[in-house]
Amino acid sequence: MPPDVEAVAEQVFAALADPTRRTILAALASGGPATATDLAGRLPITRQAIAKHLALLAEAGLVTAEPGERRRIRYRLRSAPMQLAQQFLAALARDWESPLDALKDHLDGRKTPP
Amino acid sequence: MGFPDRIERTVQVAQPPVVVWAALTTAEGLSAWFGNTATIDLRPGGSARMTWTGGETADMRVERVEEPAVFGFTWHIYGLPEDDPRRTYVEFTLEPAGTGTRLTVVETGFAQLPDDVYRKAFDGNTEGWASELGELVAYLDAA
Repeated sequence: MPPDVEAVAEQVFAALADPTRRTILAALASGGPATATDLAGRLPITRQAIAKHLALLAEAGLVTAEPGERRRIRYRLRSAPMQLAQQFLAALARDWESPLDALKDHLDGRKTPP
Repeated sequence: MGFPDRIERTVQVAQPPVVVWAALTTAEGLSAWFGNTATIDLRPGGSARMTWTGGETADMRVERVEEPAVFGFTWHIYGLPEDDPRRTYVEFTLEPAGTGTRLTVVETGFAQLPDDVYRKAFDGNTEGWASELGELVAYLDAA
């Protein structure tokens, strides 16, 4: 396992723990790449706060900055770190207890709930 | 933080390994406790599939068949997109314990990061919808 897997997942969860950053990431996910000004027009957050959070998110590698129209920086969500975090959640969400209980019930001749 | 790669559970059941083996490795057995319907081609490299009434399906690839002691397969990681290539390996081990069986299930591979995903993950700025939409635009422009 590459040593930075944990660091990447940690950055995703740290970003998602903050409601403002969550809102910004959600806006980029649903609407595609946007500038800080675009986002300020759509979200109940000041442009200054958005710019600050976008800079943090870019530093963490969760969004990438790219040149946009009128020399404004456009931010694009990076899906790769999110996919890593999904993998972490998949391990937590894995439920072996229910199927093993159902197996025991089956072997004991009890009807298993659907 | 600890990225969990391995999940392990052990249960004690009253039935001998040969009975447990049938429940794990036959379509009839699997559909009785795991999926709602099941098919299985029980040989290394064989395919197995379970479906649930809710519409979910699980496609498995049989990897180890050592009757009646070890049954292993790989499957898609639950919760990840359908087209994600990452898979976990599940291995059931059956050991006689008195008149019953000590059954252990180990699932590994949650923390894996195959080479192609690694590349996609860390220098993939051109990947995804942006490039696919770009290809669509190019295709329409050429028409």
